[in-house]
Amino acid sequence: MRPLAGVEDEEKWLAEGIAGIQHNAFFMHRALDANNLREVLKYSALMLSELRTSKLSPQKYYDLYMRAFDQLRQLEIFFKDESRHGLPVVDLYELVQHAGNILPRMYLLCTVGSVYIKSKQAPSKDVLKDLVEMCRGVQHPIRGLFLRSYLAQVSRDKLPEIGSDYEGDANTVMDAVEFVLQNFTEMNKLWVRIQHQGPGTVREKQEKERNELRDLVGKNLHVLGQIEGVDLEMYKETVLPRVLEQVVNCKDELAQYYLMECIIQVFPDEYHLQTLETLLAACTQLMPTVDTKIVLTQLMDRLSNYAASSPDVLHEFLQVEAFAKLSNAIGKVIDTQLEMPIVGAMTLFVSLLTFTLRVHPDRLDYVDQVLGACVVKLSSLPKLEDARAMKQVVALLSAPLEKYSDIVTALTLSNYPRVMDHLDDGTNKVMAMLIIQSIMKNDSCISTADKVEVLFELIKGLIKDLDGTDMEELDEEDFQEEQNSVARLIHMLDNEEPEEMLKIICVVRKHLMTGGPRRLPFTVPPLIFSALRLVRQLESQGGDITGEDVPATPRKIFQILNQTIEVLSSVPCPELALRLYLQCAEAASDCDLEPVAYEFFTQAFILYEEEIADSKAQVTAIHLIVGTLQRINVFGVENRDTLTHKATGYSARLLKKPDQCRAVYACSHLFWVDDLDGIKDGERALLCLRRALRIANAAQQMANATRGSSGPVTLFVEILNKYIYFFEKGNPHITPSDIQSLVELINNEMQSDNGNTTIHSDPFFTSTLRYIRFQKQKGGLMGDKYDLIKL
Amino acid sequence: MVLVLALGDLHVPHRAADLPPKFKSMLVPGKIQHIICTGNLCIKEIHDYLKTICPDLHIVRGEFDEDARYPENKTLTIGQFKLGLCHGHQVIPWGDLDSLAMLQRQLDVDILVTGHTHQFTAYKHEGGVVINPGSATGAYSSINQEVNPSFVLMDIDGLRVVVYVYELIDGEVKVDKIDFKKTSTSNSAP
Repeated sequence: MRPLAGVEDEEKWLAEGIAGIQHNAFFMHRALDANNLREVLKYSALMLSELRTSKLSPQKYYDLYMRAFDQLRQLEIFFKDESRHGLPVVDLYELVQHAGNILPRMYLLCTVGSVYIKSKQAPSKDVLKDLVEMCRGVQHPIRGLFLRSYLAQVSRDKLPEIGSDYEGDANTVMDAVEFVLQNFTEMNKLWVRIQHQGPGTVREKQEKERNELRDLVGKNLHVLGQIEGVDLEMYKETVLPRVLEQVVNCKDELAQYYLMECIIQVFPDEYHLQTLETLLAACTQLMPTVDTKIVLTQLMDRLSNYAASSPDVLHEFLQVEAFAKLSNAIGKVIDTQLEMPIVGAMTLFVSLLTFTLRVHPDRLDYVDQVLGACVVKLSSLPKLEDARAMKQVVALLSAPLEKYSDIVTALTLSNYPRVMDHLDDGTNKVMAMLIIQSIMKNDSCISTADKVEVLFELIKGLIKDLDGTDMEELDEEDFQEEQNSVARLIHMLDNEEPEEMLKIICVVRKHLMTGGPRRLPFTVPPLIFSALRLVRQLESQGGDITGEDVPATPRKIFQILNQTIEVLSSVPCPELALRLYLQCAEAASDCDLEPVAYEFFTQAFILYEEEIADSKAQVTAIHLIVGTLQRINVFGVENRDTLTHKATGYSARLLKKPDQCRAVYACSHLFWVDDLDGIKDGERALLCLRRALRIANAAQQMANATRGSSGPVTLFVEILNKYIYFFEKGNPHITPSDIQSLVELINNEMQSDNGNTTIHSDPFFTSTLRYIRFQKQKGGLMGDKYDLIKL
Repeated sequence: MVLVLALGDLHVPHRAADLPPKFKSMLVPGKIQHIICTGNLCIKEIHDYLKTICPDLHIVRGEFDEDARYPENKTLTIGQFKLGLCHGHQVIPWGDLDSLAMLQRQLDVDILVTGHTHQFTAYKHEGGVVINPGSATGAYSSINQEVNPSFVLMDIDGLRVVVYVYELIDGEVKVDKIDFKKTSTSNSAP
């Protein structure tokens, strides 16, 4: 073991070594110039002795080695030229073996060996065999590695490959392969010997040093990958098994990891495909501390890229049953490595799924299989708690969503919901949101009730409280975002066939009803409007369509709507429910269903009377009731009278006088509908206006009494405008003099202000008068009408 | 040249999932100076989205809006024009132009923008112009049987306003335009 050295000490030793090399190189060069072989050998041996040091770390040793290497190039040139030293290369080969110490001896021998092979006086394979075996004499790991590295370097262009100058007989490629394999095997053994023993910092240092040396070993694999004549057959029969043998048997974690990576990167993908079983078998035999996940992931990534490179390749994958083999191998790794944390297993599944989606996207059975294996693994645990593992599961579930832009494909994977079940509640909801977002982003449409059922099962974490959910933890904003997402989702469920659409609506309703009072205000409205759209579609198609359980008729749908809106009373949200009842009433009227429309109005009125107490809310509600009622033409006289009477009554009983006034004059329109066959009861319309006027007067008096000055004349001007409206429409009960009197009234109101003589101007009044003048000078019937109004 | 976007009655998420993608890609931030919205968004997410298109957002309350604090109506001045904004469910009969004209006189504005009917209209009468940008999402309406998504862009330049209406019909965006000119700088006599 090398003593622990400080950096300064190493620098010193390196400097000494370099000095030594330079010193002896100087004399060696002198001898070279003099063609003095004896002196050359003497000084070159001395120079190479510097490499005998055991004090340097690999980085520093490399520095020293390179300097020696450069000098050896000069030496080789000298050796090659027999005319300079006079010795045939065979003899030279013999001579250098007399060098004293083995390391310089071997370097010289390799150098001469290179010349020997080039001279072709002996077959390349014989020389190489000799050299690779003699290198065994150097067993020191670092010195041995660099020596063999030198051998590999000088032999590279002299291998007996096919087509090379050194091609031998029929087995030539085998010889080349044999040489490289042997060198590789020995180098790996040396490398592995640099064990990390000792306390923490020492271990770290040694690990670092081992990593610095690894490319020396790996280079051999690169060479194997490049040898001319190594075909699939030879790779399969000889190269791979021998390499793997060394990898597995060395039982060294660092080596195994590095070499597996090397193999995967160096050799062609089609070779990997054809030797998949062997390769994977080796993976399962690696030391348990090796990060097999990364190795397998790398392999799958390469294979995925290979598959993508050309469509013809795909059938190769199917032929070798790549998916099955990978799947089995991964299963085996997970099963045998019992200490592997769950996050590791999940990562492997994610890699396998990525591979499957890339290579066999059309094989949904494969995808489902991967998910199934994941379910089995997750089921073996009591409960999934590791956050990182959870993240991997989310990645696993998101992958099919991203790959298949049509969510329906993901919905057919039977194991998908089973995987989701293993997520904790919080993550389950996150996943549900991802599913919805995927649907929205791809503008997907889910169009059968079955698929909707599957979808709502998947997102059930959002639809209802799962067992054990703590409602207190829910952030209000997050909750609203979730529910609004569910609401938006409902509009993505559609089918042109009314029968199927109704089925979909029923499925959705069934699920939404489990949501509880917190969710209903968000989720019920989109369901209602989805159903109203269906009603309208049915109406326009002009007829009922009989289905099996639930015939798709407007009447049936209105029943469902009524029951659904009723549920809102459990929340309670009367204002929303009132609006929805009114929407349904108008839709029922368009379908000519008088009793249904009446029922909806009844419900709305009940809500108004019993539940809506806030005065501002009442004002809006009244306007919605009156506005809707004004448009509805399905009611017979009796029903209409009842409803208008009620509406007018509510209007007159609003809290604030101005609100009362406005609501009452709005009611005037209930008695006059501008359609061809609309009601035109001029008398009752006028009655409303007169009533409004009385209220306006009362309001004015109240203002006088409480504030000492009259209030604004706005209400009067509004009523005046209404008088004008009906006058124009031809209400026979409104005369020009009515209008004139009203104008005078307003003028008086504006001037009387406790004797204050300043005249306020009111833009509204002014523009109204301007309108009257405009109509007067219009000419024709309108002009005649207005002519009678004197201003 | 001042660009004013007028839109409303989106009814997200009650009646629609979102604005049509073709509209969304047209509504680029930074191009528009003001947005006036007739209401019925209905949720804060839409409010925030509109704010990203233009921070000067004016909005009035529709009967389904989640935020009850929006005003019932609003007036503002842009250039030489006074604009009035009101959802329209308050004006009965719904969609009746004469009744809307009354509101216009009451608010004392040159241009009145209202919604509720989900039907685009642009109408000039004695007192000024009434514009209804329709429903930006084509949402279901009990008043209007066939709704195409639509919105309005007003280009206010001096005494002239050009009203561009964008309608999504059968998947294609169709544009139409109408010119209006003010006759004087002030409509109401002192």
